Amino acid sequence: MHAAVAHTNVMVVGIGGQGVMTAAEVVARAALASGFDASKTEVSGMSQRGGIVCSQVRIGRKVMASEIRPGEADLLIALEVAEGLRWSHWLAPGGVAYVNTFQAVPPIVASGAATYPAAPLEDAAAAGAEVLAVNADAMAKALGDRRLSNTIMLGTAAARLPFPPDALKRTLLERFAADHPMRTLNARAFDAGAAVELGAVAMRREDEKTKI
Amino acid sequence: MSLPAERIDTDRAFLSGNEAAARGAWEAGVEVAAAYPGTPSTEILETLAQLPGVYAEWSTNEKVALEVALGASMMGRRAICAMKHVGVNVAADSLMTMGLVGVKAGLVLAVSDDVGFSSSQNEQDSRVWGRFVHLPVFEPCDAAEAYGMTRDAFELSERFQVPVLLRLTTRVSHVRRAVTVGDRAPLDASRHGYERDTERWVITPNHVGKRIDLRAERDAALAREATASPWNVIDGGADARFGFIVSGAPTPAVREAFPDAPVLKLGFSHPLPLELARRFAASVERVLVVEEVDPLVETELRAAGIPVHGKDLLPLRGEITVAEIEQAVARLDGGALTPGTSSTPNTIRPAAALFPRPPTLCAGCPYLGVYFWLGHLKDVIITGDIGCYTLGCNPPWNAIDTIISMGASLGVAHGMAKVSAGDEKPKAILATIGDSTFLHSGMSALANMVYQQANVTVLLLDNRTTAMTGGQDNPATGHALGGADASRVDFAKLVEALGVRRERIRVVDPYELPTFFKALREEIKAQEPSVVVTTRPCVLSSDFERLNPLEVIEEKCNGCARCLDLGCPAIGVTRREQQTRASGAVVELAFVAIDPATCTGCDLCAKACGQDAIVPRQAALAH
Repeated sequence: MHAAVAHTNVMVVGIGGQGVMTAAEVVARAALASGFDASKTEVSGMSQRGGIVCSQVRIGRKVMASEIRPGEADLLIALEVAEGLRWSHWLAPGGVAYVNTFQAVPPIVASGAATYPAAPLEDAAAAGAEVLAVNADAMAKALGDRRLSNTIMLGTAAARLPFPPDALKRTLLERFAADHPMRTLNARAFDAGAAVELGAVAMRREDEKTKI
Repeated sequence: MSLPAERIDTDRAFLSGNEAAARGAWEAGVEVAAAYPGTPSTEILETLAQLPGVYAEWSTNEKVALEVALGASMMGRRAICAMKHVGVNVAADSLMTMGLVGVKAGLVLAVSDDVGFSSSQNEQDSRVWGRFVHLPVFEPCDAAEAYGMTRDAFELSERFQVPVLLRLTTRVSHVRRAVTVGDRAPLDASRHGYERDTERWVITPNHVGKRIDLRAERDAALAREATASPWNVIDGGADARFGFIVSGAPTPAVREAFPDAPVLKLGFSHPLPLELARRFAASVERVLVVEEVDPLVETELRAAGIPVHGKDLLPLRGEITVAEIEQAVARLDGGALTPGTSSTPNTIRPAAALFPRPPTLCAGCPYLGVYFWLGHLKDVIITGDIGCYTLGCNPPWNAIDTIISMGASLGVAHGMAKVSAGDEKPKAILATIGDSTFLHSGMSALANMVYQQANVTVLLLDNRTTAMTGGQDNPATGHALGGADASRVDFAKLVEALGVRRERIRVVDPYELPTFFKALREEIKAQEPSVVVTTRPCVLSSDFERLNPLEVIEEKCNGCARCLDLGCPAIGVTRREQQTRASGAVVELAFVAIDPATCTGCDLCAKACGQDAIVPRQAALAH
């Protein structure tokens, strides 16, 4: 690929109110801090009221257009499981989805007007996506604060970015510069997320061995 | 008002287009900023409000905001006014006059067009105002340009004594990019001061003719300025088979699609630099004009005898993306030109028919109780308005018949009620309007309704904030921008002063479902204008108090699903069953649970439940 158009395309998806845009901004700022050009975009507005939110980050030597097209995302971070399925076809060949298994069931499903997929992760995998399921909410609760789940998700995906995971962690922790306890908790959550990915890599290697 | 310039984080910042425009205005020495919130423009004023040396306010509507900026400019202070595209319709009366009388100190009108209409009732191309009002139009394509152009726009505005229209789009307003920022220039106090000039500022008919002649001279001078502007540049490319003339926002998409194509990039896009365009067109075999939304540049180039392609190949609505530019060129060229990006074929199948997620009201939103009842009313027409309560048009409520524009609920309801009164079976007419929208443009319609005695029940949904745009303060919140205490409009007194009879003004708690419904029924029955004011604050506001979450006593829940009619996102279904009644009718049952993390304890669902199956979590634990 031409150097000028070599990008890492990252999508953070979820629902309004989950912190999708903030998580994406951390990725973009970490890229800038690591010497890359970066853009972050989404169409928000009314969707901030429980609607679908998709934040797109493009990282490269020089970024032109800010939108990612279907089939172009190298990394998909889904903060809600059905949203992971919804956006999975945005993944490029070789791209990976990190999906929080948390379910947000909207009133349209509760009222019976629509149905929530029974097995969204399996559906995404069956459609050809490489998916890593992360029970980030349970992990966050175990760490003492449900709000840590997005940090855990960033931790899991950090190794897939074109800069060291520590750069992402540093940028993230800057947000809590004035709150030492939250800073410590978030650092722990980030590491816990990174450990999930390390474990998954180890398992994938085991699988490879078994195949051989 | 004029504080000394301060050094604050100069150098490279990661800014949205809105933040960058605000930064550019600040560096240019803006001293007054006024706006009405509206997606995608809101962050312009929110950013300026944080910067030192700027008086910033949320005005009651866009027209007022523009007039505030004009007054400041007349006093020699640089001023900015920000709004979304439909806001200009409200401000247009004064804006048209400003095209004639102009401004004194630099004045920038920053308008953000919701291209792709993600949060608006329409899509408008604000560049049209440049033609209509005779204003120069700046069109940044990213945050760095939004910063630079806004800064330059003040100088241009002041030199030509004309407001400059800064046209942003959703993508430009909300994309974050790295921007190298500078410092605020020392304020030029020589600008300050008022000079009486009635031949100019008193636009009576005897002064109009001269101003029109001066405007024509200004148009000609601005056209020369645009041709020489550094914001209009030819970015040469090796491949002369195809050239692009791009107006603002789609520039990065064009560059990504065709990195080697020659591009005439229009940043100062009106008056159109025709000679520059003619020169560019002559240097390439064919020209494609890329502009969002209307074919303005295209039409003007054709009228000047410059052959171009444009909307014959590109969409007339929505953003123009890399894919659309590639497709347009492919259609014209049969694939001879290779795009710079090679879009990879999709290897993953899209998920089949996944459920939609329309925006919803929040858990515990005071509007849930209102729309619960409105959804149950029969034989009524309900006119809606612009705000979170617009969502009442969606399931499960389906409780709104019309949405037109800010404040229109009252005027439309009035017209309906006037003619319905003569019908054999008159329908009850209700109008719903929020606090900020009522103050924006509902008051005059209510005065009319009372004066003409239209039989309408107005639901004034006061949640003490401008909620949909993120909770901005307004004259009914009791706070000014920045949180300082301010006077607070008393809606009951206000509507009484407008002529609504005291007996017909009800102030009710929308969480108290039975009393709220009783008041609603009585006011619908009353054969005269009435106003029901609801009192609970937005759950996202600082005024809101979260209570203990509720839970469902499983053995008491009979699956009637009545609580689901509230549409509260905290209530979920645990299982569904079919039950055959003695009559043979089959009913669908849905048994529910409440998410304790989302529930605010508002008790609406407990009041809707006929089985007393919903109780505060503490009490339920004792069971």
